Amino acid sequence: MVQRLKEVDVVVIGVGMVGSMVAKELAAAGYKVVGLERGQTRFTVPEFQSPAIHDELRFDVRKALMQDNTREAMTFRNQSSQTALPIRRWESFLPGTGLGGSMVHWNGQTYRFQANDFQLATRTRERYGKNFLDPDVTIQDWGVTYEELEPYYDRFEHLLGTSGKAGNIKGRIQAGGDPHESPRSREYPTPPQKEHFQGAMFRKAASSLGYHPFPQPSSNLSQPYTNPEGMKLNACVFCGFCERYACEHYAKSTPQTIILPVLLANPNFELRTGCQVQRINLDSTKKHATGVTYIDAVGREFEQPASLVITASFALNNVRMLLLSGVGAPYDPATGQGVVGRNYAYQTMSSVASFFDEDVIINPFMASGASGTLINDFAGDNFDHAGLGFIGGAFIGAVNTNGRPIQYHPVPPGTPKWGKGWKQAVVKHYNHSVMFSLHGSSLAQKQNYLDLDPTYRDAWGQPLLRMTFDFPQNDLKMAAHVTAKAVEIGKAMGAKQVEGSPRKGPYTVTQYQTTHNTGGTVMGDNPKTSVVNRYLQSWDVPNVFVVGASNYPQNASWNPTCTLGALTYWAIDALKNKYLKNPGHLVSA
Amino acid sequence: MDKVTRRSFVTTIGAATVVPATALLSHSVPASAAAAKPPVVEESAKTTYLFFNAEEVLFIEAACERLIPADESGPGALGAGVSNYLDKQLGGAWGAGERLYRSGPWQSGTPSQGYQLPFTPAELFHLSLRAINRDLAAQGTPFNGMPAEAQDAYLQSLESGAHDLDGVPSAVFFDMLLQMSVEGFFSDPVYGGNRNMVAWRMIGFPGAYADYFEAIDRHGVKFEREPMSLAQDGQGHIHTRQDIPANL
Repeated sequence: MVQRLKEVDVVVIGVGMVGSMVAKELAAAGYKVVGLERGQTRFTVPEFQSPAIHDELRFDVRKALMQDNTREAMTFRNQSSQTALPIRRWESFLPGTGLGGSMVHWNGQTYRFQANDFQLATRTRERYGKNFLDPDVTIQDWGVTYEELEPYYDRFEHLLGTSGKAGNIKGRIQAGGDPHESPRSREYPTPPQKEHFQGAMFRKAASSLGYHPFPQPSSNLSQPYTNPEGMKLNACVFCGFCERYACEHYAKSTPQTIILPVLLANPNFELRTGCQVQRINLDSTKKHATGVTYIDAVGREFEQPASLVITASFALNNVRMLLLSGVGAPYDPATGQGVVGRNYAYQTMSSVASFFDEDVIINPFMASGASGTLINDFAGDNFDHAGLGFIGGAFIGAVNTNGRPIQYHPVPPGTPKWGKGWKQAVVKHYNHSVMFSLHGSSLAQKQNYLDLDPTYRDAWGQPLLRMTFDFPQNDLKMAAHVTAKAVEIGKAMGAKQVEGSPRKGPYTVTQYQTTHNTGGTVMGDNPKTSVVNRYLQSWDVPNVFVVGASNYPQNASWNPTCTLGALTYWAIDALKNKYLKNPGHLVSA
Repeated sequence: MDKVTRRSFVTTIGAATVVPATALLSHSVPASAAAAKPPVVEESAKTTYLFFNAEEVLFIEAACERLIPADESGPGALGAGVSNYLDKQLGGAWGAGERLYRSGPWQSGTPSQGYQLPFTPAELFHLSLRAINRDLAAQGTPFNGMPAEAQDAYLQSLESGAHDLDGVPSAVFFDMLLQMSVEGFFSDPVYGGNRNMVAWRMIGFPGAYADYFEAIDRHGVKFEREPMSLAQDGQGHIHTRQDIPANL
């Protein structure tokens, strides 16, 4: 029996970073907001405390903070001619679950995208010509510009207290920062974190080659900080347990440390955890949402009526929620028609390992999730691609985050996989190696998409999401080009042996790469090629807003969180100042 | 670290005393003295096997030690308690399919689609070990009775996928055995492997200890102190903040 609850103004699906931000602002504006979170309640104390939080087996290997895939998995294939099969264990990417969402286990890497990224299709055409790219590539402009988003980037960075060094303030290049960044209105809220040895070695080598190294913008803070919500954060102590872990120190910016306590103190907001939303309900016109249906932790089914529905879950789950609910037309790769699930993109990750003699002591275990040093000289469109046959790029950085030994024990290629030779190599190289991460852009192409699986179901009987994805040739060419540049930096550091590992196909779900899954509910200015308009409002059901990295038409050379934070404040502004004052389409189709 | 021959290493085990946790926590051990001492190894506790049967134990103990052998750098899998770790993991939630999506239908896929067998790790180990022991018994020599070179050759044949272990491709079994052995070697001792943090000492990983604020910008300086396990950190420094209630 479905129990129908009292109508509220707003229901938010997912209480992670986006959900917390949206709910906080709308509750503060006087609206009754219900937040539905499928996972459990958790806070810095008592859930995230030592010693238990520093357990590599439980959190890194067994993935204790991640989406429960025994109940809710997804399926995968490289090409639509294959049969998609369940991802039976998370490896390649790790969606989180629980109050605070995936941001609880992030590394705190807090980059802005560049002006070029938001107008990628237009600027690529202008700079390289109409026929530069493979015809299968489906990149497009975002419908919003960097200049429009800049104030919202700024607000988000100050919510987090991000530690960094500006490279470009209002057009003036700043020494020590990233000279390639698009203009920012002011300096970072806090100065950069201390530089680890790997970062210092990288900085010297990259400078000697004429590149422009700068400290990684980090939301593991360099010093105590009080954010505009009145939340107080501590300085990070470089414990080396950041990504895949929660922070015990109140030093990493997560919903728990930056906004949730403020939200939960507002009586206009009600948090319900353990609630699995089944669908957004539509009226008979299919153009108006009436609320959501969810099943609580003990299996009871509820209908929660609401005037406004905001999906604020992880990118992949946003896409699935729209498909399960019939909001927007599903994408069909055969015809190119439909939009939901279109332009799924990822991140093209490569790496370079540099091996030193045993008198070079690296101490890889001393790190935060974002205390490295990097260059943007080969990211985005910061170098001329004419004649290269690809667009996009990668940042190159000594951005290693830890020395946790089950997963981190680098050995040179050719080392036996086990036995005495393996063990000797592990002992020899553990403390004398430097890893570079090459964090590459990912183009959308028509063959890569998300839809509902015809066979496999979740614990509630609903179809799993199906991913069809392989790396575009463009991105593999990019990976090879940038890796060669990074190998030169490794050699300039004086390493005895430098090994580049450019990303190669086929894409596999068996190896961790990143959790930067993007697209599927793309934003834009044309309803034929986007799911939501520039304010993240559904073209089809205007009282549904979709906020997530699922809005990205393609993915850029940097971690997506900071851009998502900016988009969230941008959408909140449109909700508060436009939509809620006069509900209806904010952009006419 | 000192060169320790296998013989002297075994002697060390026999003579070792249990070091009180307070001594391991001491900040005052001079770096030179710490470096000069052979690895301190607790006497190997005898494993009480709960998951593996007696015949399986013979293979597992011998095979783990070939994957991670004792050598001059320190003990191998057996000395570190890896077979104990495997036993407890396979007998517990992980063995029963923790964090494994288990709904059918099942079919083999591409390598990029990952593990697609219907077996839990516990089922996979029992099936594989039964097939291995049966095949080797038919050949006349159990794995633990082979010379090391023959053991390595047999493990390589498993790794290359040469055997069908009653429905389990031998490469899948081998990969799981190797992955779990590395886990047992390097995970916190609380899980029954990495006894006395021997694997962490070998590579210089300080363990759960977690404040490098003053050390991180002293570049190139070796971090000389005893590693710390979760158990030793059990004094539990709780990070409370008066302005943020613990349970909202």
